[in-house]
Amino acid sequence: MQFILETGILTVIYIKQRPQRRLRTMKLITAVIKPFKLDDVREALADIGVQGITVTEVKGFGRQKGHTELYRGAEYVVDFLPKIKLEIAVAQDMVDSIVEAVTKSAATGKIGDGKIFISSLDEVIRIRTGETGEEAV
Amino acid sequence: MNDIIEIKYALDTFYFLMSGVLVMWMAAGFSMLEAGLVRSKNTTEILTKNVALYSIACCMYMVMGYSIMYGGTADLIFPDAWFGNSIGNATTAEVLASGGDTYYSGASDFFFQVVFVATAMSIVSGAVAERMKLWAFLTFAVVMTGFIYPMQGVWSWGGGFLGETVGYSDYAGSGIVHLCGATAALSGVLFLGPRKGKYSADGKVNALPGANMPLAAIGMFILWMGWFGFNGGSELAVSSVESSNNVASVFVNTNAAAAGGLLAALILAQFLYGKADLTMAVNGALAGLVAITADPLSASGGMATFIGAVGGAIVVLSVKFFDSIKIDDPVGAISVHGVVGLWGLLAVTINSDVTVMAQLTGAAVIFAWTFVTSSIVWYILKLAMGIRVSEEQEYEGVDASECGIDAYPEFVSSKS
Repeated sequence: MQFILETGILTVIYIKQRPQRRLRTMKLITAVIKPFKLDDVREALADIGVQGITVTEVKGFGRQKGHTELYRGAEYVVDFLPKIKLEIAVAQDMVDSIVEAVTKSAATGKIGDGKIFISSLDEVIRIRTGETGEEAV
Repeated sequence: MNDIIEIKYALDTFYFLMSGVLVMWMAAGFSMLEAGLVRSKNTTEILTKNVALYSIACCMYMVMGYSIMYGGTADLIFPDAWFGNSIGNATTAEVLASGGDTYYSGASDFFFQVVFVATAMSIVSGAVAERMKLWAFLTFAVVMTGFIYPMQGVWSWGGGFLGETVGYSDYAGSGIVHLCGATAALSGVLFLGPRKGKYSADGKVNALPGANMPLAAIGMFILWMGWFGFNGGSELAVSSVESSNNVASVFVNTNAAAAGGLLAALILAQFLYGKADLTMAVNGALAGLVAITADPLSASGGMATFIGAVGGAIVVLSVKFFDSIKIDDPVGAISVHGVVGLWGLLAVTINSDVTVMAQLTGAAVIFAWTFVTSSIVWYILKLAMGIRVSEEQEYEGVDASECGIDAYPEFVSSKS
């Protein structure tokens, strides 16, 4: 009786003391960049092993602001500048290398280079196979 | 001898017909130019206006317009015949008996003239674009092509007092076609009001850019090409050394004036606004063409270039001027055809014996007649059916409210 108890307690202690598997969360990286930098960024991402991205054409401004144009003698302000938005779903351990790759390849040094946003991703599902989580990224 | 009379008849008739075809092609030019300079949400409607007004012009001119304008005028003021038409061809025997005085087919004359009235009417469609009710415009077209234009036409080309007594001279119609059309447009625009959002309360002029620059450019080139028929055909013959020489000079001068007008407008716009504005260049070319239309024959090539260039410069300043007094003209029609049309009439006095007084009198008569009669029609239309779409319809675009067809359905459009 005492032997069974001790074995049970030792088993529980052993399980609790095993190193925890690190919780692998997923992140959504959103990057807004200048449109003509898209090819450079894509190549840089491919080089570090990113397999999928989603690209949207967007308009926006930060501190760059817009510019004025002229039509038949009348001025008008173009507030929103065209940009490209990339969305990349990745495992957390890829985030740093991706941020570095995007920053290096999208920068021109001039105002309007863009921003990167990182948010947590609750779940990812591959439609064709139903895979979830890590395998779906 | 008889063979020669027949051949000349055939050649001159053929020339009339082909010139008429070129002028008909100007309807395509106006359509493309206007379609390019309006916003995408209003493109189908302006195309519908253009295709319909051309057809209305053809029908109304056949029903009564041609009769009024070319049926003769015994007292030099009132037409001898109001309705019907005297479109008829002489027989071979009659032609030969005339010894060659009858040198073209009557039907070819009608064909050549009917495309001119269509040109005058299409000037109005650009000025009232983006906010006028389609059917109000087409109703106006019926009156303009059936009555207003032919009446001032019989006074000048039809043998009436402007041509016979006053000595007014207008080779291809700077006044009779272009000033007349622009006056009807001005009247319409005054009754219509400017587009919403064009002029801010603080006096700022806002740009409402056109949706399709390629169409505007091709429209200009089509008009340029058609104008060779407009001016060239107005020599009314080609089958002699004299008349063919004249036609050739007219072609050269017409081309030169367009080129001068375009460059003058482009350079002036660059100088004033710091940019090479394509729409101003296009307006400039057309202004050059309008300017030389009153007399493309007498000037030398260099003088024709100059006359066109002055027209091009005028149009840049005139567009700005009309905006400053809050008269909204999306395509610059009133400037190109009206203001420069007047310049074209006065330019005739440079190279000929025509007097400034005669030209001014003609311009004044055409302007007064067209403005008064047009205003009456616009006013009646405004009371009867309203001439302007509602504010919401204007915001959504007249393509939706008047035509139910999107011009660019697969393009992402921003409704602004």
